[in-house]
Amino acid sequence: MTYQANEKGYYGDFGGAFIPEMLYPNVEELRSQYLDIMKEESFQKEFNYLLKEYVGRPTPLYFAERFSNKYKTKVYLKREDLCHTGAHKINNTVGQILMAKRLGKTRIIAETGAGQHGVATATVCALMGIECIVYMGEVDIKRQAPNVARMKMLGATVVPAKSGSRTLKDATNEAIRDWINNPVDTHYIIGSVVGPHPYPDMVARFQAVISEEIKIQLKEKENRENPDYVVACVGGGSNAAGAYFHYLDNPEVGIIAVEAAGKGIYTGESAATSALGKEGIIHGSKTLLMQTYDGQITEPYSISAGLDYPGVGPMHANLFRTGRGEFISITDEAAMQAGIELAKLEGIIPAIETSHALAIFKDRKFKEDDIVVVNLSGRGDKDLSTYIDYFNL
Amino acid sequence: MNRINKTLNGDKKLLSIYFTAGYPKLEDTVKIIKDLETSGVDFIEIGLPFSDPLADGPTIQESSTQALKNGMTTNMLFNQLKDIRETVKIPLIIMGYFNPMLQYGVEKFCQKCQEAGIDGLIIPDLPVNVYNEEYKAIFEHYGIINIFLITPQTSEERIRFIDSVSDGFIYMVSSASVTGSTKGFGEDTKAYFKRISAMNLKNPQIIGFGINDKETFNQATEFATGAIIGSAFVKHLTASGTNKTSSFIKALRDL
Ligand SMILES: Cc1ncc(COP(=O)(O)O)c(C=O)c1O
Repeated sequence: MTYQANEKGYYGDFGGAFIPEMLYPNVEELRSQYLDIMKEESFQKEFNYLLKEYVGRPTPLYFAERFSNKYKTKVYLKREDLCHTGAHKINNTVGQILMAKRLGKTRIIAETGAGQHGVATATVCALMGIECIVYMGEVDIKRQAPNVARMKMLGATVVPAKSGSRTLKDATNEAIRDWINNPVDTHYIIGSVVGPHPYPDMVARFQAVISEEIKIQLKEKENRENPDYVVACVGGGSNAAGAYFHYLDNPEVGIIAVEAAGKGIYTGESAATSALGKEGIIHGSKTLLMQTYDGQITEPYSISAGLDYPGVGPMHANLFRTGRGEFISITDEAAMQAGIELAKLEGIIPAIETSHALAIFKDRKFKEDDIVVVNLSGRGDKDLSTYIDYFNL
Repeated sequence: MNRINKTLNGDKKLLSIYFTAGYPKLEDTVKIIKDLETSGVDFIEIGLPFSDPLADGPTIQESSTQALKNGMTTNMLFNQLKDIRETVKIPLIIMGYFNPMLQYGVEKFCQKCQEAGIDGLIIPDLPVNVYNEEYKAIFEHYGIINIFLITPQTSEERIRFIDSVSDGFIYMVSSASVTGSTKGFGEDTKAYFKRISAMNLKNPQIIGFGINDKETFNQATEFATGAIIGSAFVKHLTASGTNKTSSFIKALRDL
């Protein structure tokens, strides 16, 4: 039994490609070539070169001593916040822009919620001199003005998504519509392990560098490759997929997925998909998603725009259903407190998404000699105004 | 024989109209169907609204959002259609996305369609292979035809495959686009119509997407058995309400 995707793009019951025929040629072109392209030596060379020299990898695996003392266990932080542009998102966009080039594409589209993936996409497009169009919900454009400005500085066109609830899921719909309208020259860089096969698997493979490095670094520090637990926050699930990737099929390593409970799981303002979601289809993938009894997709809520997605990637739906992953949800309040705490204890201001992962230590107790790796998916610069408003700083 | 196949057997150029159920008002569904039939439309696609209609442009999205706000649900639609076959004789097809059907239960959905006298379904995001492997037997059991789409990008091999598993007709998407584009048909599009027409497929083709007036209707039906008008009719409903259906249809074709 494996927790990786099978060749049809299924993780257990979840995944697949539920796409309209209009998308079939685009998705099929990618599906039939992505593994071969990724295996090419020249691709690997260029990918690794850019990860090292441009993104700044390997990112440190940092032993958080004061944090560990407080929670009486051994906590390592995988410092994805130190990546260029401030989050793990760029691992994927570097991989996908190289993929797009090899497929001969000359135009890139992407969706973004908070703007982190939009910035990471605009960045690699600037690097490669390729046209970049980012769809972003009208509501998010107002909430995330600095990231909109960053994308514009990087030469991208930001197109407001005006349909539906005008947030991330609608931006994704608009990007998919754009791809339907531009089937030949355009590559769609999806920002997480969501969407139709091969996206969840491809994005997970590009993010897998996270756990590849953890193995090497932990070996150096602790003389063992495997921690007792890997912890990551889950919006769509890409940073989590990368942190789990090389541990998925190793039962010695516990997998902990942290979702956003918003104002509380049952308040109607939450993004805790594993608790609230039912099996269904969103953006071309069969997975768990938040929906009405009638199958209409509902709007999630979280203080962190990056966790504000009504579904999870199919890998995570399967980890939840099979019990391989332990799923915890964290409220806005608990996440915000954990963010401030890390800043005070370790001098690291995390992204609010990441703060959710850090917040589990209050209630989830570990043994003193457990080694727990938390994927520190991003830095808090983008969230300063939220921190300021929340704590009256 | 299914009503769809019977209708396609004639040599008339067929006109099909799409509209979103529960739009402009929740209770408009049945009136619109009846008016379309008396206006001479050959078959109808009833849109089951979805919150995230990926393959649709702004017009159909907005009508779907409004229909959902009006309170349209899957159950409600089947209730509205319960007695439709007491009066309406032309083929009726439900067009909707897969998630609401999945939540309703695919088998129960097909059974309800059969009870109401619905002849076929168009489900853009249910791929052919998944249909064949998981749902074909259910559809056939209830006598529901599933209609598949092809586009200008669909390879010849795949068109032949889709033709081999299709019944009723093949829905030919006119251009690489979501619904509601109004660019008119250029030479490329006409070449594509001709290319498909020359393939001599076993199923007749009905062209949809981008057909919005008499001219585009005539151009499309030069190469195909019929054509579907969707966004243009929804726009008409938005602008003129539900009492001017027959004048909209009359303007489309020479009778
Ligand atoms: C720092 C950070 N962490 C996590 C996420 C959530 O995405 P994913 O679950 O795909 O890692 C985001 C998304 O914007 C992010 O910016």
